[in-house]
Parts: sequence; C-alpha cells; structure tokens
Amino acid sequence: MRITLNVWRQKNTNAAGAMKRYEVPNVSPDMSFLEMLDVLNEELIEKKDADGPVTFEHDCREGICGSCGFMIDGLAHGGNERTTVCQLHMRHFKDGDDLVLEPWRATAFPVLRDLMVDRSAFDRIIASGGYVSVSTGSAPDGNAIAIRKLDSDLAMDNAQCIGCGACVAACPNASASLFTSAKIAHLGHLPQGQPERLERAKKMVDQMNNELFGSCTNIGECEAVCPKGIRIESIALMNRDYSKASMMERPSTGDLGFG
Amino acid sequence: MSAVAANSTLHRTLEFWQASIGKKTVMAVTGGILVGFTLVHMAGNLQVYLGAEVLNNYGRLLKSNLGVLWGARLFLLATISLHLTAAFQLWSLKSKARPVAYQKLSSTKSSYASRTMYISGPILFFFIVYHLSHLTTGQTHPSFDEGDVYRNVILGFRDPIAFGAYLIAMGCLGFHLIHGVWSAFQSLGVNHPKYTPKLRNLATGLTALIVGGNLSIPVAVMFRLIGSDVQ
Amino acid sequence: MELNSRVPSGDIQTRWTRTKFDMKLVNPANKRKHSVIVVGSGLAGASAAATMGELGYNVKCFCFQDSPRRAHSIAAQGGINAAKNYQNDGDSVYRLFYDTVKGGDFRARESNVYRLAEISVNIIDQCVAQGVPFAREYGGTLSNRSFGGAQVSRTFYARGQTGQQLLLGAYQALERQIDAGRVQMMTRREMLDVVNIDGQARGIVCRNLTTGAIESYAADVVVLATGGYGNVFYLSTNAKGSNVTATWRAHKRGALFGNPCFTQIHPTCIPVSGDYQSKLTLMSESLRNDGRIWVPKKVGDKRKAAEIPESERDYYLERIYPSFGNLVPRDIASRAAKKMCDEGRGVGESGFGVYLDFSEAIKRLGADKIKERYGNLFEMYDRITGEDPYTLPMRIYPAVHYTMGGLWVDYQLMTTLNGLFCLGEANFSDHGANRLGASALMQGLADGYFIAPACVGNYLASNKFAPVGTDHSAFKDAEANVNQQTNKLLNASGKRTVTSFHRDLGKIMWEYCGMARNAAGLTQAIGKIDALKEEYWASVNVPGSGDELNQSLETAGRVADLIELGSLMCRDALAREESCGGHYREEYQTPEGEALRDDDNFSYVSAWQWEGDKKAQTLVKEPLTFDYVHPSQRSYK
Repeated sequence: MRITLNVWRQKNTNAAGAMKRYEVPNVSPDMSFLEMLDVLNEELIEKKDADGPVTFEHDCREGICGSCGFMIDGLAHGGNERTTVCQLHMRHFKDGDDLVLEPWRATAFPVLRDLMVDRSAFDRIIASGGYVSVSTGSAPDGNAIAIRKLDSDLAMDNAQCIGCGACVAACPNASASLFTSAKIAHLGHLPQGQPERLERAKKMVDQMNNELFGSCTNIGECEAVCPKGIRIESIALMNRDYSKASMMERPSTGDLGFG
Repeated sequence: MSAVAANSTLHRTLEFWQASIGKKTVMAVTGGILVGFTLVHMAGNLQVYLGAEVLNNYGRLLKSNLGVLWGARLFLLATISLHLTAAFQLWSLKSKARPVAYQKLSSTKSSYASRTMYISGPILFFFIVYHLSHLTTGQTHPSFDEGDVYRNVILGFRDPIAFGAYLIAMGCLGFHLIHGVWSAFQSLGVNHPKYTPKLRNLATGLTALIVGGNLSIPVAVMFRLIGSDVQ
Repeated sequence: MELNSRVPSGDIQTRWTRTKFDMKLVNPANKRKHSVIVVGSGLAGASAAATMGELGYNVKCFCFQDSPRRAHSIAAQGGINAAKNYQNDGDSVYRLFYDTVKGGDFRARESNVYRLAEISVNIIDQCVAQGVPFAREYGGTLSNRSFGGAQVSRTFYARGQTGQQLLLGAYQALERQIDAGRVQMMTRREMLDVVNIDGQARGIVCRNLTTGAIESYAADVVVLATGGYGNVFYLSTNAKGSNVTATWRAHKRGALFGNPCFTQIHPTCIPVSGDYQSKLTLMSESLRNDGRIWVPKKVGDKRKAAEIPESERDYYLERIYPSFGNLVPRDIASRAAKKMCDEGRGVGESGFGVYLDFSEAIKRLGADKIKERYGNLFEMYDRITGEDPYTLPMRIYPAVHYTMGGLWVDYQLMTTLNGLFCLGEANFSDHGANRLGASALMQGLADGYFIAPACVGNYLASNKFAPVGTDHSAFKDAEANVNQQTNKLLNASGKRTVTSFHRDLGKIMWEYCGMARNAAGLTQAIGKIDALKEEYWASVNVPGSGDELNQSLETAGRVADLIELGSLMCRDALAREESCGGHYREEYQTPEGEALRDDDNFSYVSAWQWEGDKKAQTLVKEPLTFDYVHPSQRSYK
C-alpha cells in the first residue's frame, strides 16, 4: 500500500506550525498506524530531513496507557470503534489514501511538538478531588463492605478511562466532561466514594472550568471516539452531583452561629 | 440566618451560574419553560380552525388583564434572556477552549441538529423578533388591524415571503427541539438506559407535534383551506 | 566486596515485625524537613511517593512520561495475588510464600518472599479502600480466580485490566498528595545520573524532556522504581519507553546489579508479523485453560490449519507432559514452542508461531461460552492480526515479558549505594529465577506502600545529613558527565538510526540469551555486543539538538545503556552453569530435557560490580539458604 500523509509540524509550543506532506510507500496492511509512522521516521532520520522525525506520543502500544492519540482525517484515534491509534492497523485504510494528521486541539492541551500535546490539565483535574482520601494503613478488610456487583461493574466501566484526551479532541467545544465525569462516576458508584462524593464533583468540575475546557452540549461525539466505551450517561451523573453540591451544600450547624 | 450564610448563598448562586454546568442547568430549565410556552401558544393558535370569532375572543381574553399579560410577557422575556445569555457565554467559551481550529474535523454519531444548535438558536431569536413585529405589533404586517387577530393571521400568511419565513423558522425549531428537549434532561442529570430511549422518543414526538401544529396554520391559509373569505 | 543482606534471623513469621520494631522512627515534626526523591511513578514509585507524602516527608516524584498514570504497570492484565483465603480453599501466607519460593526455582531470599506474602493481604485492603473496582460476586464480596497453575484461588482482578486499576489507585493517592503540596510531581524528566556525596546518595541529575535542560535535584534519599529491562530484546511486551537507564546509571555509580540474566518469557503472545514490528502483545495465559496447542507433524507443512487432518497434528504439550498438558508453567511452554519452531514445524508466514486452537472447546462448550470467557482477548487478537479466532486457530509465540533481575538490594530495599533504594521490578529481590503469575503487582505495591516507607524512615532516622545544594561540585560533575554523553551521541553523526542498532541488539539477545542459552553462543554474543557498542558510538545517527524535545536523543541514551546491559546479561548467563527458572542452559538438562539446577554450586545471587568503562564487571555472590522450603526438582510430566 501507498499512503500519503499531511502531518502537522510544529517545533515547539511557541513556534508556528504548518502542514507537511509525506509519502509512505510499501505500507503493509498488518502494520499498526504508529508502526507506519516509525517507518516514515526512520526514513526521515536517514535522509537527515530538516524537520526531523515526526514527534508523537506513544508508550505501551497496547491501547491501555493512553499516551498515544492524534486526529486522522478529522477523527480522534482514526475513528475506529474502541481503538486507540496504536491499535489501529493499516488494513483499515486503502491503497492511495491521503490522510490529514493533526494534534489534539484545545487551549488546555498546548502542542509541545508536532502531534504531541501537554495533557497535564487532566492530572490537575484528578488532583483536585479524583480520589478517595484514605491514607496507607487505615484500610478496613477488603470484604468489610459488600458492594453490589452491578455497582462494582458500573464503577469499573468508568474506571477504565485511559486519559488519552480523545473526548476533548473530538468535542466541537473541547469539553473535558467525559473524562471528568468518568472519574466522578467511578468513585460515585462505590460506597468508598460516598463521603466525598458531592465535594469531589464540585472541585473537579471547577478545576475543569479553570483549565479552560469548553462546555458540554450533549452531542455525544466524545463517547463515539472513546477507546474504552465510556458513555455520556456519566456526564449526566456528574451534572446531577454538581448541581446537588452547588444547591444543597451548607455549613454545619456549628458554623451557623446564633444569628 | 446570619449574614455570612446569606452571603454564601448568593456567592454559591453566582458560582453556580459561572460554572458551565450551572449555565447548562439554566439553559435546560429556561428551555423547558419555553417549550411549555410554545405548546400553550400553539394550542391557542389552533383555534384559528374554529373561525374568526373564537380566535378573536381568545385574543381579547389574553389582553383582558393587563397585569397578567405583562407579567407573562416579562417572565418570558426574562426566560429568553437567561437562555440567550447562557447560550452566548457557552458559545464564547467554545472559541476560547479551541482557538486553533482543525483543518479537518469529521463527526461520527452526533446528529446534524445537535451540532447546529448555535445556528438554529440565533435564527429562532431573529424569528421571534420578526414574529412579534408581524402578528403582535404589526410593523412588518401588510395590513395590521389591532383588534382582528383572525384577519391578521390570514392576510399575514398569504404573503409568500412571510410564509417562507415561517417555514424556515419552524424547520429550525424542529432541529432545535429534537436535540434540545432530550439534551435538557441530560443537562439536568437524567440519563438512564431504561428511560433515555423513551426520552428521545418524547423529544421526537413533541417536536413533531409542535412543528406540525404550528406549520399547519400557514399551510392551511396558503392553500385557502381556511379564511378564503377574508379579503 | 562483602554483601550485607541485613536479613533478620529467627522465626521467619516474625522477621518483618521484629525488623520494623528495631527500626528508628523519624519524629513527626521532623519529617517535613527530610526530602525524598522517587524516580518512577508505576505501582512501586507512585505508591511509595504517595505514602511517604502521607507520612509527611517532602517528596519529589519523577517520571519520563507526561503523567504518572502512564507507567507500564498499567498494562498488566491478569491479577494480583494475596493470601486472603477468602475462598476457604486452604490458602495461607505460608502457602503463598512456599509457592513463590518454589516457583522462583529456589533462587530468591526466603525472608523477602515471606514478607511479601505477609503484606499481600494489606495491599488488597488498601486498594479496595481507594476504590479499586475489583471483580465481585453477586453477594458483594471480592471475587478470586486461580492463576498460572496455582492450586488455590488467590488472584484478585479487575476484568483484564488489573494493573491499570491498581496503578490508577496509586496514581490517585499520589495526586491527592500533590494537591496537598506534600509531593511535587516532575513529569517528562528522565533521570540520567545519581549523585553521591560523602558516601550517601544525595540527588539526581535529569534531562527535562520538553526543554532539553539538564536539571539537578538534591535530597536526603533517592528511591528508584523504574521498572524492568525487557526492552534489551527490542521486541518485548514492555512499553516502548521502558528502559534500564536509571538503574544502569546507578549501577555505574556503584550499585551492584543482581541476577541480570533472569528474564521471563511469556508463552502466549501474538507472533511477529514483519520487520517493522515495534513491540509484542501479550495474550492472557488464561487462554491455555481451553485452547489446545499444536503444530503440524510434518516439517515444513505449509498447508492452512483447516487442511491439516487431525492425524497429522502434534499436540506436543499434551504428548510430552501428559499430566499438565497445555497448562505447564510459562518457561516450559515457551521452550517447547521454540523447540517445535526450531525443528521447522512452526506455523504462520515467518515459521515462528504455534497454533492455539479453540475449535474443540467451541464444539464442547459452544461459541457463546467461549465468548463469555475470552471475548475481549479474541477481539484484541482480531484487531491486531485481522484474523477471527472463532474460526481460525490463533497463532502464538513466546515473548519477553518480565525481568526478575535488577539492582541488588538488601532486606530493607537499599542498594549497595548508601541512601539509594530500589523497588518493584527494578530490583532483583523476590522472584528468584522465575516469577509466578499475578505476583509482579503484589511486589510493586508491597514495596511501595509498606516496605519502602518504613525502611526509608529508618535510614533517615539513623543517619546525619549535611545540607547539600545542587551547586555542590558532585552535581556539577554529574551534569558535565551527562552533557558529555549527550554531545557524544549528537555528534556521532553517522548513518544508522538508533532503532536499527536496538533491533540488532534485540536479535543477538533473543538468539543467544533468550529461551535457551549455551556457553558457545553466549561467548559469541558477548563479542557481537561489544562490536555493536563500538559501532554505536562511532556511527549512530541522532537527529536534532540537545536543547529541544528530541525523542531520538532520548532513545539513543537508553539504547546505549541497554547495549551495555546486554553484555552483562550474557556474562551472567555464561557464569551461571546450571539451568533454573527462566535461565535455561542447554548443557544443563535432565535426560528428559528439563532444567537441571545445581544447588551445591549455584545457590547464590549473582551481584555484579561495575569496574569502569574499560573493565568487565566483577561477580559478588550472596549465598542463599533455605531453612523452610527445601529445594526440590520441579516435574510436570
């Protein structure tokens, strides 16, 4: 197979970027998309190309670490159902295809180089409250609390999020609602997550807004490209918890004084 | 209640409004009110099929109590303002959140209606302004007669340009509602695998009812099914 | 050099308790005055950094990825062992200890393994409390499965993503400490040197991978939790970024490297499909519960699987090991597959593959049942190979998966460098010559949540720390050293890419130091690797500069270290004239072709000491004694 790539090249965050065109002849259908880029990069290095090899983030190449991801022809991860770009194989493309590769685009995800972006905003959202506050050593026995299997399964469905950022990338508003809600739903479905449930939703959503992600318009592009199949049902749960937290939050009676 | 607590209530309300989810909630609630109004408004208008007297009596009834009339008008104005302000602010957030556009962006499962809310919305706003000047205050009506609602409707819809405007507007309303009604539930946190498909059906049904009911009037007028005697 | 393993004596069941009691404690008010550097943010690193943050230390945690959530622990599928005995099937701490020592083919320290088994139960409690969604029964209790041929069900799991869920639990605990200001997270930093001042490890030098700046960080203690070195084989199930650099640089600064040749090869991976192949994907071992492994009886039989009649198929595991059949341990299944392919009976285009056939299971249980058990694995196989395993037999081949070797540490996880600790896969400690399934996660978390925080505290309380800043000459020397290497790589300006060297190294390692090894081959390999090293430094082509984000430069440094490590692995394999666990020397086998251990002469840990660039490392031995589990021959016939 012969594939033509139009790749976004940008030297660093502050540099201007531009599209560059590359031909990759002899693509095997059994290659993964990243392996095809490896082949292109080897060639660019050998040719001592002025722009150097194409920078893209990747690590496990098994679809679980969440490192990889970019837009292929306007679709996050290439748009193959439940597949990250490292697991996307060239047999899904046709000989002669002309593809556009762009990095995730969002204010909260500044481009570091070429197809690589900075997703540390996600870490800050988790740091704002995406955990159960339990320090090492203070845990009761694992079977001390029985958890309904369905709740456990629902928690797991959401806990699967790999933090790749495809939801933000595919959203016309660059909203991080699916990512944020996945963590709120994971912990919200479990008894361990209840004591901090409302506070957590409040803090995480506020942090998400502070990171300048856009707002959700319930259109569902995010769930279509999510490699882990997380659903916007979780966003509804987040909305519920957030509204409840905002409206029902109150001081303790001790703080009310005698006024 | 102490001053501190009162302050924090105000503070929390403001904070809620400032958060995108707060605005979405406002949009959902105001949207719901507007859908309700549209339904009632349509039910009133459909009395055109019962003849001039019934419709004109209805018009007089609405205007009989100025307090109620202006109360309702102000309430609707406030509702629309909130809906619009929230929409505008959320929209401006969108361009702040992604200042560099994709050279190519494709969509997968989202509907055309859901992606064009920011287009159907403004069109509906301009339509409302036009609609008021057409059949309420009459500036854009060819021969407006304050007391004769029936005549205003019949003559108004015989104008092909006005007819076209209503056609386009009802199309937009359809797109806006089919996503908006379901979306309001999602924004308010109602999404359940058992009920969501039913809510989607509800949105479709409601949209068909409102668009069909409203559109039937100009169509009936245009094809002289009603008011053929009005000159 | 004499190794002091600091293993406590006396009753094994109270060794860890007594050790903890004998430890000095840091006064709570003084904890925040102590600074700790943790390098690596996988299960061991993230859990250690989070826990030490909770205790009140002033922690900095480093990782080369963009986020601590990416560490390769995330890819572990199967599960985590714990001696909870929730299933009432006869499990106990002692049994887990026994199984692990035996599974490690009697090349691990009994004391360490016992402590690991003891702590395993606390890990589960901690993870559940964090909200890790382990699989549950309908009654709401935790679910277990048996794994890797264990006779009890002690493996806890979260679908096929246990590593991910445990890592995210640790990551969330870490983020909580970051939010509290007790841990500072330094992402996209690669550690390139350890700094020793007056006999104490007092900091690290790293490269900021975004800007290229060389940065120094000082602390009272340095903890390495940087994972394994399976990528020395180029193709492995490890993540592309996994590397040996942090531990190797520490080794060059004086930390001894233990049992480098002990690597684990997993029998069920998806075979290589072409030269462009960048990594291998593991398929869970559980597939062997229902799949039957076979190759054609005839050499060079290139017919499609369906065209080969039953009478011409060789179900070789069932034939050679009638009592265990397809469920023999990992090392045995791997070697048997290699043997079949070496005979020319391998399947697939390359000839390096064997069939894992579900047709009989589908006939017996129905496709639905198989889908229920292995649906996600079948889907993954289909996604990668484009073949449907419901209709065609899967093709599998062994691949490097885990490295039992690593920096030598004493019972308190300290390396031979004072103040330098090493946790998780990066150290050599608990698995001996072969790791049991579902034990890697257990070890990483035991080290990170429970052992390291206690031992680091003891070290801090027992030593004095002169104030040291990064302007100290030792930091400047280390920075100069790092810069010099970077420049050398950038200026080699040769023709060959880093990856092409890495691929060559992998081929040498796989051929001579892989599933089966022999003296002649290993000797040859050492020569080849030395030549490769020379060529590398003379003619590697690293594009770009040092003061920018440069992925080729990052890889170039890692490959340089892997080349040196490869040579050490071969020398370790050559010196160990016996077969044990993952280390199989063809010269040392039973008449039936099984691994033949030599307990009289090789019951020791090989710890290698760096002697400078020009000289080969020297071997230091830590003798192993077995007071509780007595060495015996493994048999699966």
